Amino acid sequence: MGLLSKKATCNTHGQDSSYFLGWEEYEKNPYDEIKNPDGIIQMGLAENQLSFDLIESWLAKNPDAANFKREGQSIFRELALFQDYHGLPSFKKAMADFMSENRGNRVSFNPNKLVLTAGATSANETLMFCLADRGDAFLLPTPYYPGFDRDLKWRTGAEIVPIQCTSANGFRITKSALEEAYEQAQKLNLKVKGVLITNPSNPLGTTTTRTELNHLLDFISRKKIHLISDEIYSGTVFTSPGFISVMEVLKDRKLENTDVFDRVHIVYSLSKDLGLPGFRVGVIYSNDDFVVSAATKMSSFGLISSQTQYLLSTLLSDKNFTKNYLEENQIRLKNRHKKLVSGLEAAGIECLKSNAGLFCWVDMRHLLKSNTFEAEIELWKKIVYEVKLNISPGSSCHCNEPGWFRVCFANMSEETLKVALDRLKGFVDGPSSTRRSQIEHQRLKNLRKMKVSNWVFRLSFHDREPEER
Amino acid sequence: MVSFATEKKQDRNLLSRIASGDGHGENSSYFDGWKAYEENPFHPIDRPDGVIQMGLAENQLCGDLMRKWVLKHPEASICTEQGVNQFSDIAIFQDYHGLPEFRQAVAKFMEKTRNNKVKFDPDRIVMSGGATGAHETVAFCLANPGDGFLVPTPYYPGFDRDLRWRTGVNLVPVTCHSSDGFKITVEALEAAYENARKSNIPVKGLLVTNPSNPLGTTLDRECLKSLVNFTNDKGIHLIADEIYAATTFGQSEFISVAEVIEEIEDCNRDLIHIVYSLSKDMGLPGLRVGIVYSYNDRVVQIARKMSSFGLVSSQTQHLIAKMLSDEDFVDEFIRESKLRLAARHAEITTGLDGLGIGWLKAKAGLFLWMDLRNLLKTATFDSETELWRVIVHQVKLNVSPGGSFHCHEPGWFRVCFANMDHKTMETALERIRVFTSQLEEETKPMAATTMMAKKKKKCWQSNLRLSFSDTRRFDDGFFSPHSPVPPSPLVRAQT
Repeated sequence: MGLLSKKATCNTHGQDSSYFLGWEEYEKNPYDEIKNPDGIIQMGLAENQLSFDLIESWLAKNPDAANFKREGQSIFRELALFQDYHGLPSFKKAMADFMSENRGNRVSFNPNKLVLTAGATSANETLMFCLADRGDAFLLPTPYYPGFDRDLKWRTGAEIVPIQCTSANGFRITKSALEEAYEQAQKLNLKVKGVLITNPSNPLGTTTTRTELNHLLDFISRKKIHLISDEIYSGTVFTSPGFISVMEVLKDRKLENTDVFDRVHIVYSLSKDLGLPGFRVGVIYSNDDFVVSAATKMSSFGLISSQTQYLLSTLLSDKNFTKNYLEENQIRLKNRHKKLVSGLEAAGIECLKSNAGLFCWVDMRHLLKSNTFEAEIELWKKIVYEVKLNISPGSSCHCNEPGWFRVCFANMSEETLKVALDRLKGFVDGPSSTRRSQIEHQRLKNLRKMKVSNWVFRLSFHDREPEER
Repeated sequence: MVSFATEKKQDRNLLSRIASGDGHGENSSYFDGWKAYEENPFHPIDRPDGVIQMGLAENQLCGDLMRKWVLKHPEASICTEQGVNQFSDIAIFQDYHGLPEFRQAVAKFMEKTRNNKVKFDPDRIVMSGGATGAHETVAFCLANPGDGFLVPTPYYPGFDRDLRWRTGVNLVPVTCHSSDGFKITVEALEAAYENARKSNIPVKGLLVTNPSNPLGTTLDRECLKSLVNFTNDKGIHLIADEIYAATTFGQSEFISVAEVIEEIEDCNRDLIHIVYSLSKDMGLPGLRVGIVYSYNDRVVQIARKMSSFGLVSSQTQHLIAKMLSDEDFVDEFIRESKLRLAARHAEITTGLDGLGIGWLKAKAGLFLWMDLRNLLKTATFDSETELWRVIVHQVKLNVSPGGSFHCHEPGWFRVCFANMDHKTMETALERIRVFTSQLEEETKPMAATTMMAKKKKKCWQSNLRLSFSDTRRFDDGFFSPHSPVPPSPLVRAQT
């Protein structure tokens, strides 16, 4: 339609990919334990729903915060008018401290270098607008979060060139892969402006090693380009080897006074660690004052609601709460992760050894009819439509080897996870097994129906003579 | 092992052109006014000689009604005892369609603010990061880099940033004149269209703000029809920014473009879009509730996908859904707000009338368009700037000069009146009275201004960082006193 922009008529928003199609199918037929037990179980949603009770009990103990009061006085009016793009000072301080805490206080963050944005979605796009011109490229290790195709490229006109990582070495970023990606960009006549990594990784669930971080810093220094580290999952690290932020490495290597320091930027959010994606809380942290300044102005296009800033400033300023939350959340994630991994093992399915994230990177290569992406999509369709699990195929994450799938574990109850694992086992064990479990399922359904009708029958029995039943 | 350069180079070449350029519009000398206010903000007790902020178009007259409602409805918060059972559902809700009850409540509110003369479809309501985000999104949807939008002058300076900065779109002014009350005429539209053509700028749409910022005037039915017909005939979009819809004074009527398109046969509705927000009508700029309402299905679809970059916090959606579905409250609020705006408008205009200062007759807005042309030494923008500096530094009122709104004629100033209490308004009027009487006494009225111009303060730095120093006067450093979206002007209006 000539009436609309190219952006409106192309599909660089990436929402025609299988990642989103699986969601659509889920939406048509969502699982519910009682109302729709045959529905599709959502395992494609990297959400953390394990620790709301901790927040809710904090709210119960802090009525002032809950009621937008400060020392008993309502501050709603002031909040309603507060639209300063520098953000609520107390909120930025609390966020900077929380980010520090997430890194074991091994690094500290300056609130004046924080920029608030409407979610990490907005943070990533804003950084692109600040660092890349139309047609410039950023290098991203594969596999990567499918949303980056939209967030980094759509309206900015930037390009993504993949850094190919393979299962041969656990998908680690190597020096040669970095160089190859850079050369590939040159061949395509694309000017490389930087590298973007997600640490811990989505979809792998692994933390970036110190070696990799060192390679990255050496690389960006040599090429005089930027490094963006999306650390949105930093609070989801539940076991060793532990989380190392790029900021720590810069500090350990005493690089604070070098030019590379200003070219490292962090993206963060409360959507995963605190499980609050609806509140749209994103953050850009940069050591470069120009980037902070430009990004702050751009944040006008997506400021965080003052109501939300205030609530979270009080929540995060409570250090007892944050300490307890981070510890407890990690314990729960670890347990849930274990359940998924052992459930998959029981079905003869392995996954990449991981220590973080809200998902596992699952190896189903042995279930493919052939070592192709067509076979991967075929398998994926079966899993969505027949096994009724929405999981994300590796191709949607730009993985260069077919057969890998991202399976989320923190966005459902334990019971639902068990149902999902049973279904998967049933599928893997074979059609006869599937048929057996279908028969069993029907039998249970009938049993429930019978029980109900018995109950109804018993009620009406008293009104009748025995021989009329 | 790589060796790292030890001298720190703050090299702006490492940033994008967008980031290192001036497209954000904040490098203008007009920021002197804001700076003067921030350095010395008026307070009736602590700083009675401070600068009074009259450059901020905010509606603060009905905050008490809002506060009362919030206190009476703890269930509208997801954090209170009464509302916490909804906490987790709301906290995880990030669907870019938005909460259905939020969209329904907003649609209903939009209807009420247009006197229930039209119906709005909740499924066409798309969220954005304030009207700021809405405008940028619409520009991304309708125009490619290098394309242009026609915009009648004078217009809100923020458009220079919102519509152009990251989108690469051009703004082509449609010149309006005081001689006919700054009406938007078809001749002016045609002239602007022709200008664009000569400059090789493909025109994609016309953006009007109705009620107007900075004029406060509303478009009458005939004018609206002519705009719809003009854009339809040219096959270009019509974007109506109706952010001030409910700020009409007392009984004055506001006619939305939504109403007018019902009366035009064969109107191509795919070209009609509305930008709205709760920031002005409800006085809630901090909550960032922006709306794109389009009659074009494809635009709704795409804008919705883009809304991922600026969704309304689900916590806020929930509050607003509850608040705006309380119809009794909404009706009372709108009624009371209009009365208070009318009263405040009457107060300031009566004061100005008594001093012989002219102002554009208007029926809406949170400001008035003040006529100080007779106080200019010469009918130039240099003179306007001189006069403006006197008003800021000597009279200590931060008002906004017409040049910052791309006004074609020097001598006009936008003066906001709804962002202060009654006493402050009185103080401001008193200062104007003193100033005008001083001018009458002096034989060379502009001697004082020349002196002031020589002593002018430092220009605003390009790095617009607020410093939260202790000398600043506001509650415990909890809130910053200043609006983040200052006027973003060119130094001169382009003709």
